[in-house]
Amino acid sequence: MANNIKKNLTRVQQEYKELAQSVEPPRPILKNFIRAFIAGGAICLVGQAIQEMFVHWGGFDEKKAGDPTVAVMILLSVILTSLGVYDKLAQWAGAGSAVPVTGFANSMASAAIEHQSEGMVLGVGGKMFKLAGPVIVFGTVAAFAVGIVHLLIKGGGGS
Amino acid sequence: MLKGHQSWLFENKPFIRSTATVVGPFEGRGPLAKDFDIVHGESMMGQKSWEKAEKVLIEEAAKLAIENAGLTKEQVQFYIGGDLMNQIISSSFAARTLSIPYIGVFGACSTSMESLALAANLVNSGSAKFVLAGTCSHDSSAEKQFRYPTEYGSQKPPTAQYTVTGAGAAVVSTEGDGPVVTSATIGRVIDMGIKDPFNMGAAMAPAAVDTIEAHVRDLGIEPGYYDLIVTGDLAKVGYEIACKLFKKHNFPIEQTEYSDCGMMIYDYETQMVQAGASGCGCSAVVTYGHLLNRMRRGELKRILVVATGALLSPISFQQGESIPCIAHAVSIEAGREIL
Amino acid sequence: MIFLWAFLVGGAICVFGQFCFDVLKLTPAHTMTLLVVLGAIVDGIGWYDPLIEFAGAGASVPITSFGNALVHGALQELKSNGWIGIITGIFEVTSAGISAAIIFSFLAALFVKPKG
Repeated sequence: MANNIKKNLTRVQQEYKELAQSVEPPRPILKNFIRAFIAGGAICLVGQAIQEMFVHWGGFDEKKAGDPTVAVMILLSVILTSLGVYDKLAQWAGAGSAVPVTGFANSMASAAIEHQSEGMVLGVGGKMFKLAGPVIVFGTVAAFAVGIVHLLIKGGGGS
Repeated sequence: MLKGHQSWLFENKPFIRSTATVVGPFEGRGPLAKDFDIVHGESMMGQKSWEKAEKVLIEEAAKLAIENAGLTKEQVQFYIGGDLMNQIISSSFAARTLSIPYIGVFGACSTSMESLALAANLVNSGSAKFVLAGTCSHDSSAEKQFRYPTEYGSQKPPTAQYTVTGAGAAVVSTEGDGPVVTSATIGRVIDMGIKDPFNMGAAMAPAAVDTIEAHVRDLGIEPGYYDLIVTGDLAKVGYEIACKLFKKHNFPIEQTEYSDCGMMIYDYETQMVQAGASGCGCSAVVTYGHLLNRMRRGELKRILVVATGALLSPISFQQGESIPCIAHAVSIEAGREIL
Repeated sequence: MIFLWAFLVGGAICVFGQFCFDVLKLTPAHTMTLLVVLGAIVDGIGWYDPLIEFAGAGASVPITSFGNALVHGALQELKSNGWIGIITGIFEVTSAGISAAIIFSFLAALFVKPKG
C-alpha cells in the first residue's frame, strides 16, 4: 500500500513528504484513546440509564425500550448542538462523541442549522444529510448484502 | 519594471497611503488586538449568515482605508480584491457597494500580497493614481465551505489551523506619503504532493521558500537586506518545515529575522488554534495593522511579506488531488516620514 | 452490572473509532460508515444481539447498532414475507432513530442560529 502511494510521487516529492512527516506534531494517540473511552462510555451509560427509566417507569419492555431511548439520545444531542456545545465537547472527546448515535444526530443537526441561511427547502432539506448520508447509504447497502447472503445460505423465510 | 525572471522593481515608489484592518472577537482576544482598527463583538456581525458577515468585514475595511487616505471612493481608480469564498463573492459584493472598477483575484491566502503587488504595479506604471487592494476571510464561512458545518463535532488534529476572521485593505498611490512598496515577486504554483487539508502548513511551505529564493535571486540581494521576512500563514508546522528547507538549500535566512503571521496573531496558551492561524485575512491584518504600525514607529525599516496560499477546492480534495500552493512576496520599506 | 458493561463496551467501540481517526487517518464520515457496515456484518453472523443482551446501551448506542438494526429489519421481513423482505424491511426497525433525527434537526434549524 505504501509503495503504491510512493509510485505517484516524484523522488523530490517523496523526500519532502518524509521531511513533512518528521516535523508533523504527533497526534496524542494515548490521550485521545483514553478520552474517547471515557466520553463514549459515559454517553452509553446515559443511554443505559434512560433505557432503564423507560422500562421501569414507562412500561416498555426491554426490547421495545430501545426506540424511545434512541429518540431521547438524539434529542439531547440536537439540544447540545443547538447550544453550540457539542463541537466543543467533540474536540476533547473525539470518537467518544462521534461514534454514539449522538454523533449521528449532531451531524444532521449541525448541517441543518448551518444551511438554514440557504432556505428551508434547499438549505435545510437539501443539505441535512451532508454528513450522515454515507452512514445511511452504506448501512442500507450492507444490510441488503447481508440479507442476500442469508437468503442464499439459509434459504430465506416462510412460504 | 521587470527584474529577473518573475519580479517587479517599483522605481516610482508607490506608497501605501493608508490601511485599515477589521477583525472578529477571537482576534480581538489575541496579542495584536491593539493594532486593529475595528474589533467586532460577535462573529455574525448582526448579519443573517457567515457569508454576509464576511462581506461586512471587507466593506468596512475598504471604506475605512479610503477614509484614512483622505479620499472619496470616486477618486479611487481600481479595487483589486479576492477571498476564499466560491466565486470570491465577499469581494465582488463589496465591489458592488464601493462602485469602484473592480479586478477580482484568487490566490487563496496569498491574496493580500497578490493584490498589493498588482496595485503597486498599476500605480508605478502610471496606470492608476489610487488603487485599493484588499482581502478578507471568516473562520465560520471557511469551515462551512471547505470542511464541516460549524456546529459539527469533529476533532481537529494538531496540524490544523484556525482561519482568521478579518479583513485588511490598503490604498496605494504615488501621491502622499507612507511606507513604500519597493518590489514584488509573483510566485509559481508549487505542489509537493501533500494531500491533507488539515495540514496546510506542510503544503504551503515549499511555495514560500521557492518565492523567497526567487525574490533574492531576481533582485540580486541577500536576505539580510531586510530587517524581517515574514510568511503569511505557514503556522507552527509550515514554519518549521520552511526553516528546514532553507537549511537544506543553504539559503542564509539567518541573516535576517524570519517570522510568520500565522504564529503572531493568536495566543497559543489561551486560544485553541492548534498549529496557528490561516486565511486571507491573516497576512492582511497582521501586515497592514501590526507590521506597518511597527514600521511607522521606526522599529522596522525594510520588510518582505510573503503571503502563502493553498489552491485547493473541496472537490479537488475529494477527487484525490494533492494541494497546489503559491506564495507572493512584496517588499515594503519605511517611507520619507520615517527616514 | 449492565451499567459497567455498557460503559466498557461503549467505550471500547469508541476507542476503535478513535483508532480509525488517529492511526488509520480516516475521516469521521469514513469511520462511521465503516462502523455501520461492521455492525451489519456482525449482526449477519448473529453476534450483535448477544452483545446487546450483555452490554445493553454499550452496544445499542454506538452507530454500529444502526447497522445491526438495518439488518434486523431486512431479516425480519425476509422471514415473514420472503425474498422481497430484504428490501422492504430495511428501515423498519431504525425508523425511530432516523425520524427523530430528521424531525429534531429540522426544528433546530427553525429556531437556532449557528454559533461558529
